[in-house]
Formats: sequence, structure tokens, C-alpha cells
Amino acid sequence: MSSIYSEIILDYYRYPRNKGSLPNAQIQARDTNPLCGDVIEMQLELDEKNTVKDVKFNGQGCAISQASASMLTELVKGKTVDDVRKISKDDVLSLIGGQLTAVRLKCALLSLKVLKTGVYNYIGATESTKEELSRL
Amino acid sequence: MLRQRWAAASNSTSPKATSPAAAATASYRKAKNRLPGLAVPKSTTPTTKPPLTFPGQLAQSTVRGYATQKQATAYIHGKAPYDVERVRHDFPILKRIINKKPLAYLDNAATTQKPLEVIEELARFYNEYNANVHRGVYKISEEATAAYEQARAKIARLINANSPNEIIFVRGTTEAINLVAQSWGRTNVGLGDGIILTEMEHHSNIVPWQLLAKQKGAHLKYVGLTDDGHLIHEDFRRHLESEGVKLVAMTHVSNVLGTINPVREYIREAHKQGCRILVDAAQSVPHMPVDVQDLDCDFLAFSGHKMCGPTGIGVLYGKKAILEEMPPYHGGGEMIREVHLYESTWRDPPYRFEAGTTNIAGAIGLGRAIDYLSELGLRNIQAHDQELTEYAHDTLGKIKGIKIYGPENPRTKAGVISFNLGDVHAHDMATLLDEDGIAVRSGHHCAQPLMERLGVSSTTRASVYVFNREDEIDRLVESVARAGRVFKV
Repeated sequence: MSSIYSEIILDYYRYPRNKGSLPNAQIQARDTNPLCGDVIEMQLELDEKNTVKDVKFNGQGCAISQASASMLTELVKGKTVDDVRKISKDDVLSLIGGQLTAVRLKCALLSLKVLKTGVYNYIGATESTKEELSRL
Repeated sequence: MLRQRWAAASNSTSPKATSPAAAATASYRKAKNRLPGLAVPKSTTPTTKPPLTFPGQLAQSTVRGYATQKQATAYIHGKAPYDVERVRHDFPILKRIINKKPLAYLDNAATTQKPLEVIEELARFYNEYNANVHRGVYKISEEATAAYEQARAKIARLINANSPNEIIFVRGTTEAINLVAQSWGRTNVGLGDGIILTEMEHHSNIVPWQLLAKQKGAHLKYVGLTDDGHLIHEDFRRHLESEGVKLVAMTHVSNVLGTINPVREYIREAHKQGCRILVDAAQSVPHMPVDVQDLDCDFLAFSGHKMCGPTGIGVLYGKKAILEEMPPYHGGGEMIREVHLYESTWRDPPYRFEAGTTNIAGAIGLGRAIDYLSELGLRNIQAHDQELTEYAHDTLGKIKGIKIYGPENPRTKAGVISFNLGDVHAHDMATLLDEDGIAVRSGHHCAQPLMERLGVSSTTRASVYVFNREDEIDRLVESVARAGRVFKV
């Protein structure tokens, strides 16, 4: 069985990119996974064209949740808010690679949920966006 | 067609008749002859193993309605020397292959696996005498009632209760504790009163008391822990002496640390202060002899599924005199004496607390699980768990960077080993172990206050039971070491 714990995942876990905080962030959100206690906080700083100028995450938890959060920050940097909104579950899973069980999927997607919550709060949530979040 | 059937039926007086129905009937008759006075159908499936029950004693005490010390002793000591290979043979699930490896099931503190005879007992109930209990005047309802009440008597004998009427069937430990909180608690706990808990409680022995405390304006007081996972006795004494303390609710064995608490001593002290005490025995009754008369606890709660029984069935033991004074927990059928439009009167315990149709199959299955465990002997089971726990402590303890939580001396704990390795998160550890076919639990184990006390967000927990073997511990150790290499601990 091929392990989910690739060198890449372990590297992001040990040496997380974009970990920290942004005092002037326009977008920020935080959530936990009550099942295992993973915590992720995301902060995004935007420029005047609504492009992500800088992004940081903070949190604690398993390697999957922390590595995926770090990878996600790299993905959103330089994107417009609208493009960030369109990032899908599959985009995150392809970054991680490997097979995940249902419970571990929650760990992998926590950062995306937090990111989307922040973005939707910023641009205004609708009923359909709330539904999308509840599926993550 | 009709004719033929009729002909076959009229031939059935022949001694050679071998239709399944005839065979079943014959087997019923035989079973009835073996157990005079008992109307429970015995297995129609032939087994090569010796019978596990003590039929004579069983019938007698069901009729009399109370257990004797002698019978309780029979449950404690097994019938034969402990043979783990034979035990493994009884658990069909151990044949599963997970990720190309045989399943090594080490999550018994969450739920245990089930021996074939318990699984078959459930099927037999549904196949042969499924009916609602206590109401029907027809044959199979009487059989179901007898089996259900026998299960109650077996439980009474297992924990040496004074009478089966002190045994209430509930869904599990959680419901048992909620029952006490809402029935006894709402009647006896008032504004400003105190309830003593410990920092090592499972959420199910915290949240029901928080709800009660909010309803009544009562206070919760916690007994703290030493660094090696023992209760701080001084805390307990101090809380007991404070004003208005009405109840102590504490676990017998910690589901995270495996600590065996000296509940007998605590019960004595609680009673001296006129305080009632509930023991959460979810992790003790399955693993060691527990005698409620010797302990003298007022309430004791445990679950069937952690002791080879089905899920959805559990037990609340309560002293008769206390139960009799308690109001119902749920209202409905079966628990009433008389119902009028605006008021009703209640039946005596235990039925007062068993509103609606209960988990009949579950209760009968639990009865069978108790037969199974008592054949192995609770003392033997305890010794077996102990050996494996010690072995796990010795071998796991040698891995660089490992931290095992709870008592350092494995002899002072039950079959639970909680650990962390370096900075490997428990969930990553459990995922890596699963890759090797090893099932363990990871997370906070429904004991977040304890996790806070330990200063960790989660641990990995291996917990052993009757069918586990040393080679499974070896595999665990090897796999934990592999996780260490993957994470470069």
C-alpha cells in the first residue's frame, strides 16, 4: 500500500511555508475539526485589484491538515479572490496525492473550508455557498 | 400440490421424518428436557464445543430471582486454563485481511469484537422466537420474556447484585449515567449542592452532570490527577468535606490511562459523609471481577458492546432501596401500573425505568456474552490483559521518543496503553498503523479535560482483550517504529 505520507507531505509538515499571521489581513477565518482537534486559521491580505498579495496560516494538528494548509497558501498567492473562490476539493487532493479514508479527508480539507469561509464572508455568502461549505 | 403437502404432513409421525421443522421441534423438545422449567429455545445449530452456560444454576436462580455468592464465583474463575488460540477461533472477524495483513484489532476500549456464539444468539432470537416481552400470552412471547429475564439474572450474578431487580437495561453506559442524573439527580440535587467528578472522566460522565448542574444550580468539583495518572486522594477528601456534596461520579478504570482507581476506598469515604456514589464501570466489568455488594456502590454503569455483547445494550445497577425512591426517566408503555387521562402510577424497578420496547435481542445477546466470558473466567481475562499490557509497556517503551501516559507500573492498570511518539500526531500514527492492518484509536478518546491535564491534544491508544496475542503487540511495536522512521523522529 502506497503511503499517504510522501516526502512532500512530511516536508511541508516539518517546514511549513507561509506559517504565521498577517496583522493587516482583510480576509481571515478559523475552524476546528472536532473529531481530532485540528485547528486551522487563514489570513489573506489583498491589493487594490482584489488579488492575494500575501497569505499566512496558523494552526496545529496532524501532518495531513497542516501540510495541506501550507500547500494551499502557496496555491492562492497571486490569485484573485474570484479565482480563490473557484478552488475545488479535487485541487487540494491532487496537491496532497495518495488515498485518504473518509475521516482523514476531513483533515485534508479543513484548510479549504477555512479559506472558503473567509472568502465568502468577504464577498458575501449566499445559500448555495453555505451548502458548499457544509459539504466540505 | 396441496395433496402432496398433506400427505407429507400426515407421514410426519414416522421416526425418520427429517424436515427442518421437525428437526427444530425435536431439538426444542430435547432442550426443554435438558432444562426443566425453562422455556428458552436452545441452539439448533450443532456445535463441537462444550456448552458454555451453567444451565442448572441458571434455571434455579431465574426462578428464585436472586444470585448466590457461589454462582458469582463461578463467573470469576474459568472452566479451563486460558487458551488464547481457542479464543481466537471463536472470533470470525479475526480472519479479515486489512491492507494485505491479518487484522490486529487493538481498539477494545472503544468496542470489542464478538464471538460467533453471540452473533448466532442474535440470529437465533430473530429466527426462532422474536416477540415482544412481558405482554404476549403466546408461546414465543413467553420464550422471549424468559430469555430476556434470564439475561438480567446473568448480569446480576456477574456483578453479584442482590437481585435481578437491581439491573436496568439501558442503551449503554451513557444512558445509564443520564438516567441517574435526570431521575435521581433531579430529585436529590438542589441549588448550591455539589457533585464530585474526576479529571479522568469520559465525556459521558461529565456532560450529564453539567446538564444537571445547570438545571439545578449545583456545582461540579473535580478530583485532580498526579502526573502518572492517579487520583489525588487529598482533593477527594477536601471536596467530600465541603458543604452540600450529594454525589460522587467516578470511573473505575480510565479509558485513556488504564488507571484502576481504588473505588472501594472512595465509596467507603463517600458513604461516611452521607454521599451517594456512581461508578462508571464501562472499562472494568469487561476486564475483571466486579462485585457490587463488596464495593457497596450505589450505582454502577457499563456497556454490553465493550464485553463481547451487541451494541445498543447496557446496564445500570442501582441499590434496590434507592431505585424504589426514584421517579421514572422516560415515560411510556411497560413502565406503568395504571394510566389515566391526567395521571399515572409507576411499576416497581427495574420496569419503571424500561419504558417502551427495549433492546430485547441485545439483552439476550449480552446474556450470551456473559456466558462466554464466564467460561473463560474474569480472573483469567484480567491476567491475560495484564500480561499483554506489561509486554506492550516493555516493548513499546524501548522505542526512541515514545511517551506512554498513565501509571508507570503496568501492574496498576488495565489493558489500555496510550502513547505518543515524538511530534507524530496521533491521527498520523493511527493511519500508518492501519496501513499495516493494525486497528487502534487516536484522538482525545472523549476525555478532553484529561487531554488538557496531560498537555496534549490527542494520543494513540492500543487496548487489548481476550483474543489478542503477543505477536500482535510485536506488530504494533514494529509499526510504531516504522512511523518513527517515516517521520524521522
